[in-house]
Order: sequence, then structure tokens, then C-alpha cells
Amino acid sequence: MSDTTTTTERAPSVYVPSAEALATVLAPGARPARPSALGASLTFGWRALLKIKHVPEQLFDVTAFPIIMVLMFTYLFGGALADSPRDYLQFFLPGIMVTSVVMITMYTGVGLNTDIEKGIFDRFRTLPVWRPAALVGMIFGDVLRYILAALVILGVGLALGFRPAGGVVGVASGIGLLVIFSFAFSWVWTFFGLILRSEKSVMGVSMMVLFPLTFLSNVFVEPSTMPGWLQAFVKVNPVTQLVASVRAVMAGESDPSATMWLLAWSAGFVLVFGTLTMYKYNRR
Amino acid sequence: MNRRSTGLAIEAEGLTRSFGETRALAGMDLRVPAGTVYGLLGPNGAGKTTAVRVLATLLRPDGGTARVFGHDVVTEADKVRSRVSLTGQYASVDEDLTGTENLVLLARLLGLRKPAARERAAALLAAFGLTEASDRQVKKYSGGMRRRIDIAASILNTPDLLFLDEPTTGLDPRSRNQVWEIVRAVVSHGTTVLLTTQYLDEADQLAGRIAVVDHGRVIAEGTPGELKSSVGSGTVHLRLRDPGQRPQAEMVLREALNVPVQLAADPVALTARVGEAGSDLDASAQAARALGDLARAGIVVDDFSLGQPSLDEVFLALTDHPAVSADERDDELEAAR
Ligand SMILES: Nc1ncnc2c1ncn2[C@@H]1O[C@H](COP(=O)(O)OP(=O)(O)OP(=O)(O)O)[C@@H](O)[C@H]1O
Ligand SMILES: [Mg+2]
Repeated sequence: MSDTTTTTERAPSVYVPSAEALATVLAPGARPARPSALGASLTFGWRALLKIKHVPEQLFDVTAFPIIMVLMFTYLFGGALADSPRDYLQFFLPGIMVTSVVMITMYTGVGLNTDIEKGIFDRFRTLPVWRPAALVGMIFGDVLRYILAALVILGVGLALGFRPAGGVVGVASGIGLLVIFSFAFSWVWTFFGLILRSEKSVMGVSMMVLFPLTFLSNVFVEPSTMPGWLQAFVKVNPVTQLVASVRAVMAGESDPSATMWLLAWSAGFVLVFGTLTMYKYNRR
Repeated sequence: MNRRSTGLAIEAEGLTRSFGETRALAGMDLRVPAGTVYGLLGPNGAGKTTAVRVLATLLRPDGGTARVFGHDVVTEADKVRSRVSLTGQYASVDEDLTGTENLVLLARLLGLRKPAARERAAALLAAFGLTEASDRQVKKYSGGMRRRIDIAASILNTPDLLFLDEPTTGLDPRSRNQVWEIVRAVVSHGTTVLLTTQYLDEADQLAGRIAVVDHGRVIAEGTPGELKSSVGSGTVHLRLRDPGQRPQAEMVLREALNVPVQLAADPVALTARVGEAGSDLDASAQAARALGDLARAGIVVDDFSLGQPSLDEVFLALTDHPAVSADERDDELEAAR
């Protein structure tokens, strides 16, 4: 190949495919065994981490937004609803932590929709791996963001005077419950991410679901102050159960009924929306 | 594993698939012999991508059946997936990740352990001339590099069948040649390649057989030679100085070549097919004769070229309608309403 050398000399960056080099990578090797379900999911989770590394801006949603929420509501409602912002914070911080993290779950749907739009999921869907792995891995990545958001809020809360009676164990269990629910709830968004046409419509639907779910709950005020029909909704709202559980464990107590409901809701979300998601994922 | 099997890599019968009102596939039949490059040639909206997506198990057909190496694409999708690989028309690697990260990620998903995955990624990047760019995000790659990393990602596990959906659309001639070289190397190692393209010359360069697709159907099938001889092996394109001389030029050409002459939209341009099967002269001799006759008739020709028939001309010959994309047709219908 005489012209290979001349071209290379003139412009070293020009690529000239070489038959020998290609031959070495094209020789069929032994096919490795297919990775386990967990292994494949973790590998997809690793992809989510790499994306955070390369596009750190995406952490803005999970840091700045929660900080603003805590500051805004503590000082907005603190004086009116309790004697002082500091008192209100003891009641309110677990609720705002839940609200912020539950709101962030919608980015799972937005992210999936963007990935599909770009075409990368076509490659993932032709890989011979456990089918839900790509989505489970994606949610694993999101779970890290949920934990980060919860820690940021906790930090701001502590700085403003939040003093949880449950101590480290209580707070950790609270965040644990929150992460379990958020993981389960993310499957709602993978489903919408798959069926809706654009990122914008995913955002639109999320807002319609998330606003009533987070505001018509016990996050901001005690449900006993609400009219009866609203109390009925607030009572069955999974966010109410979640907030009640988290508040209880952070205060060093426990609310077994709320926690049971919360776990039931979580299992329900994974079962129903996980199934719907996989059905859609397999037959696009 | 018999990689050089002589059977069929793809067998599809009567595939149909609609999107709302649009019939993307309208009864497509395909038989792709193993170990060859097979070209799906067609204009925008012909249904090429839809066909590839059905065959790669990404989309379920509404009707018809398709088998890849004997496995049904719907009921045995997992078996099909373990033998094929797809380089889609759009992004098929993650643009936010680097070249190395993309390949390592996919190698791990194919079951390689971390050190082996890294080794494989490095070897592929080297063979595809991407070592320098290996730690750069793919979104910063040039178009040609993008295509190369897409293909590298598809041959991580040396698949038995590789789908390449318009691998050279939008590439400059040099990058195009690089992709062609890679495709030739891939097929020479026993991988069957199904390639879609809008360019006849690309299908001609690479494919052993070509299916011409229009409106979700195969309208002609054969070797490049067979297809071209059914269409004529070449076309002369002429531009005159004086538009007033065009009617006379048309007459002279028709007599010299004994074929119908097409008047292009441009008032000074004409095209005619040469080298039809059965002609006593080859294409270049016919063209030379035509040029001589025009000069003797006092017609001034500003621009002259002899080339392969374009996809447009193949279409005109096969269907009596030009290769208009389905979308353009919709626009026209819309306008007519
Ligand atoms: N997901 C979809 N939803 C709606 N219509 C679709 C979808 N995919 C394809 N179509 C329509 O089906 C027809 C065939 O599309 P397809 O993408 O298969 O064509 P193609 O031959 O690959 O064209 P191109 O050369 O532009 O890539 C087009 O009219 C297109 O608009
Ligand atoms: Mg296409």
C-alpha cells in the first residue's frame, strides 16, 4: 500500500482503513456468556454515572431546586402556620424533602424520552441482555440523584435549625423509605417517557400528576384543617403515607400503618407501571 | 458455528407495517444470502428504515413473517438479537460519553469483563483510526468519525448479520470511501451486511445484490449489473448555451441515440440514457456520436457529462414516476387540495 504512507505523511490525522488492522479486530472471538440481570443493570447504571460526570449541569435540578423550595416555604409559611420558621421547620422539613425528591423523579421520564428520541435506545434494544436492564440501570442512576437531593435538603434544614429527634438512624431510615418510594414511582415516568412523543409533553403530564399529588397531601398543613372531600383524597394519596412515615422515623417514632401503605403503594407502582413500561418497551 | 454458511441470512415474506395512515411497509419480500452485502436502495420515505427496524427486532410487523438465520424476528427475538447488530440511521452511541466509554459500556453489556472490554475497545478504536479521539466526547467527533465509532460499536461482538442504515449519508467523499473499505473488510470476514442507501453508486460499489424499494415494496431485485442493464448503464447530461436550441437538440439526440430524451426543468438542460442493452455501441461511443452530431448541427453545448444513472433515473425507468419521497408526495397532495 504505497499511497498509505504518502497520505499519512502529508496529513497524519487522515484515517486510512488498513486491511490488516481491521482483520485483527474482525476475527471472530469466542462469544462471552451473557451478563446477569443485575450485572447488566449495574452497567447501565454506570452509564448514568458517566453522564453525570460529563454533564454535571444536570445536577442543578437536584441541588438548586430543593434549596429554593426549602428556603421559600420555610419563610413563606413559617410565620403564618407556626409560631416561627424554626418551629415550622421541624414539621415541614421531611415534607419538603419528600416533595422535592418526588418531583425530581419525573426527570427519569424526560431522560428516557430524550434517549429514545436520539436513537441510542435502538442499540440497547437490540442487545441480547435482560430486557428491563437499560431502564433499571437508568433508575439506579436516578436513585443516586434522589439521595443527593435528600442530603442537600437535609444540609440546608440543619443549617436553618432542623433538629430531628430520631438522630442519624432516624434520618437515614427516612431517606431510605423515600428512596424506595421514588424508585418505585420512577416507573410511572418510564411509562410516560415511552408513550409520549416529546420531552415537553412528558414535562406537561408530570406537572399535572405531581402538583396535585404533592400539594394535596399532608406536606404543608395538617389534613384536619381541610374540607371532608379533600381529606378523603389526601388520606389515600401515597405522598401522604410517605410523608407520615418519614416524619415519624425522623422524629424517632414510627407509623406502622403509614409505612405499610407506603410499601404497598411502592410494590403496586413497580408491578403495574413496571409491567406497562416493559410491555411498551418491547413493542414499540 | 458455521459463519460462512451458504443459506439465507434473511427471509422475509409479505411484511407490512403502518403508522397511522402511512403504509411504511406494504408487503415487502426479501431473501438475503448469507455472507454477502445486500443493498436496499430507495428514496426518502421508501420504508428502508422501517424494514431494518423490523428485521432487527425493534418493531413488530403488522403482517407477514421474517426470519433471520432461521429465527423468527417476533417469536424468537432474543435468538435474533444474539446474532445481529444495528448501526441506525441516527445516533447509535451515546453522544455525551467518550469513544472509549461507549465501546467499553457495550462490550460489558455483551458479557466481557472489564479488562477484556477495555482491551477490545482499544483495539477497535485503533483499527478505526480513533485512538487520538478515544477520550473525547462523541458529540465532538466529525461526521466521518461518528460513523466509524457507530460501526465499531456494532462489530464489538463480530455479529453474523450487520444492519447499516444509510451509513454514508451526509459524509464527504473521503469519509465515504473509508466506510466502504470498512464494509468490505467486515463482509470479507464472514459477516452478512444489509445496507440501506439512497445512492445507486454506493449499492453498486458494495452490494452483491440490490433490492430497489418504493412505497414499502421491492419493485426490482438483482445484481447491480442486472439492474443497470435493465435501466441502461449510463446517462448523458447536457447543458446548452441557448435555450432556443433545445427543441432542435432534442431531435438530434433522439436520432443519434435512438432513445427518448428527457427535458429537465432547467430550460437549457437535457438528459438521455445511453448504453441500453441491445445497443451496438457502448455508452461512451454513443455519447461521442451524439456530441459530434450536435456540433455538426451548430448547437453549442456548454456542459456535458456521462455518468451512471442516478437513483432518480432508475426510478423513472422502473416505475414511470420519479423518486419522490413519500413526504414530498404528501405535501403535493396537501397543496392540491
Ligand atoms: N415512527 C413513525 N411514526 C410515523 N410515521 C413513520 C414512523 N416511522 C416511519 N414513518 C413513515 O413511514 C414511511 C417510511 O419511513 P422510513 O423511515 O422507513 O423510510 P426510509 O426509506 O428509511 O427513508 P429515509 O431515506 O428518509 O431514511 C415514511 O412516510 C415515514 O414518514
Ligand atoms: Mg431511513
